[in-house]
Amino acid sequence: MTRIEEYASIIGRATLDELFLLAKHLEGKTIQNINSTAVGGGVAEILSRMIPLMKQLGVDVKWDVIKGNEKFFMITKKLHNGLHGVPVEISDEELEFFLTINRENAEQLTFSDIVFVHDPQPVALVEKRTSVGGHWLWRCHIDFSKPDARIWKFLKGFVKVYDTAVFSAPAFARNLPIAQVLISPSIDPLSEKNKELPIEVINSVFDRFGIDRSRPVVTQISRFDYLKDPAGVIKAYKIVKRYIDLQLVLAGGGATDDPEGSVVLEQVKNEAEKDKDIFVLLLPAASDIEINALQRGSAVILQKSLKEGFGLTVAEALWKAKPVIASAVGGIPLQIAHKYGGILTHSIEGTAHWIKQLIHEPEYAQRLGVNGREHIRNNFLISRQIRDNLLLFISLFFSGDVVHLK
Amino acid sequence: MDPFRFRTKLDQTLLLGRRATNTTQLLEGIRSVPEPSIYYHTHRFLQAHHFLTPEPPNDFAYWVTNVLNDAILGEKLSSIDIVQFQSIFDLRNRLAEIIETHIKSANKTPDSPPGEEFHFMASRIFIMETPYLANDASEFREILKRVTINSLYYHIFDAKLRLAGGENDFSRWFRSLSKPALADELTRLDPYTHTLEGLRKRLIVLIAKHDKN
Repeated sequence: MTRIEEYASIIGRATLDELFLLAKHLEGKTIQNINSTAVGGGVAEILSRMIPLMKQLGVDVKWDVIKGNEKFFMITKKLHNGLHGVPVEISDEELEFFLTINRENAEQLTFSDIVFVHDPQPVALVEKRTSVGGHWLWRCHIDFSKPDARIWKFLKGFVKVYDTAVFSAPAFARNLPIAQVLISPSIDPLSEKNKELPIEVINSVFDRFGIDRSRPVVTQISRFDYLKDPAGVIKAYKIVKRYIDLQLVLAGGGATDDPEGSVVLEQVKNEAEKDKDIFVLLLPAASDIEINALQRGSAVILQKSLKEGFGLTVAEALWKAKPVIASAVGGIPLQIAHKYGGILTHSIEGTAHWIKQLIHEPEYAQRLGVNGREHIRNNFLISRQIRDNLLLFISLFFSGDVVHLK
Repeated sequence: MDPFRFRTKLDQTLLLGRRATNTTQLLEGIRSVPEPSIYYHTHRFLQAHHFLTPEPPNDFAYWVTNVLNDAILGEKLSSIDIVQFQSIFDLRNRLAEIIETHIKSANKTPDSPPGEEFHFMASRIFIMETPYLANDASEFREILKRVTINSLYYHIFDAKLRLAGGENDFSRWFRSLSKPALADELTRLDPYTHTLEGLRKRLIVLIAKHDKN
């Protein structure tokens, strides 16, 4: 287990002390996180890292998982897709079944002073609020910019019963009668994916994949998905290749359960077969060290997404002080101030233009990377997300824009 | 003379659910959002990007320059001399006046690309006492080296404008210590044109200079 004290060398002693000061204001309060899965997925990952750290700060926090059967999770998948803006067919009977499972779980759970509900699956537990009391918070981790109107209307009936709704990016804010708070996701600088690596490890990963470290490497880490635009990345690479002898790495997880993703992967592989300097790496799930090494050994990192939730791969690359060229979509503009801590682009041509610029001007590229790393240090590390969560819990007990904590 | 108690503050970012896609909507928003939103958008960049050269100014200027590609309005908004304002009310009026004048003279007000709208936000600040207490200028300087930038930010920026204290906390305390020359010099500093770490160093040098005298 990671010790909270290990973060002092990264964020500074005084900043860590502020977390301890803040946590004192939650003495005597119990906090309960509730989501729908104990392992797998981003929410379980962040909770499993964050909860032990919050306990070390002295916070009385726990984590419960609701139970559901296959039918329930089929329905919640539809709700999830609907919030993403994908048109879905969902019947009244399915919505009623969703409520039944939530009610069954509500009867079995014991609720704490502060109930922190994550994502749509357990959202209707809040019906229990009238009988158990307490403070209730709803945290939406998913992209919420264009939700399906019917599904949002259904969920909104529950969301507005909470004290506060929490979103990951400004664009996800809704017209709601309750307070809405921004808490961006974060990366853990001490995780396998982000920790410092010896140069030998980086070299061995590049050697294993047959990538030549003596020539510039441009890399995009993302799953093979149309929305990550790997085809656009290859086009940008080809424009630059006329001038610079570079290599392109497209690395990411599989898309075995996603027929559209398989088509994208096939297209990308076909392109790669025609050019020995394009590397398409389909990585298994436990490849954090490989991803870490690929990012650290690259000259430039791309994230040329057409649509993005938050795009934490940008934060991961910036944390390694790498110059990043990324599309101005989703949460990416929060992570990159254009020309200060990275480059925001809107087209294939723009991406190609900036790849050339950054490879030709390594000092400028390095400055972007260094600025980007500092921006991540201050705004997108797990310690900041812990701070925001503590503030969120404390804020339930105060009103007004300026709060003096005694 | 009371010792100086260093405080710190942490911000909670509120989403107002209001957005602008062009300068006309930006103006409407600036005129009607609550004051903590104006404060947030004119100060957030300082805190979020405090390590950078002090170039990126306020959110309004950044958005107009980089998203709407309106360099003229962007420059006007970025050169607002925030240190001269004693209230957010006045600052809001100045921002609105600049944008309104610009809209009248412009031929068109282009829309932002989809996904790059301006989102109005605000912050609640939570103020806490730190264990640090300074009895004289020398102790003050030593503590100043250690406190977080949140603490520095609170005493310099929040105390003056958000909490309408008239001047920053450091100047006020040195005035109470009968060090008016140092207090005046700290008041004359334009903190908006420093990075926060640069500002910390500058304050330490100034206090050391006066402590010797």
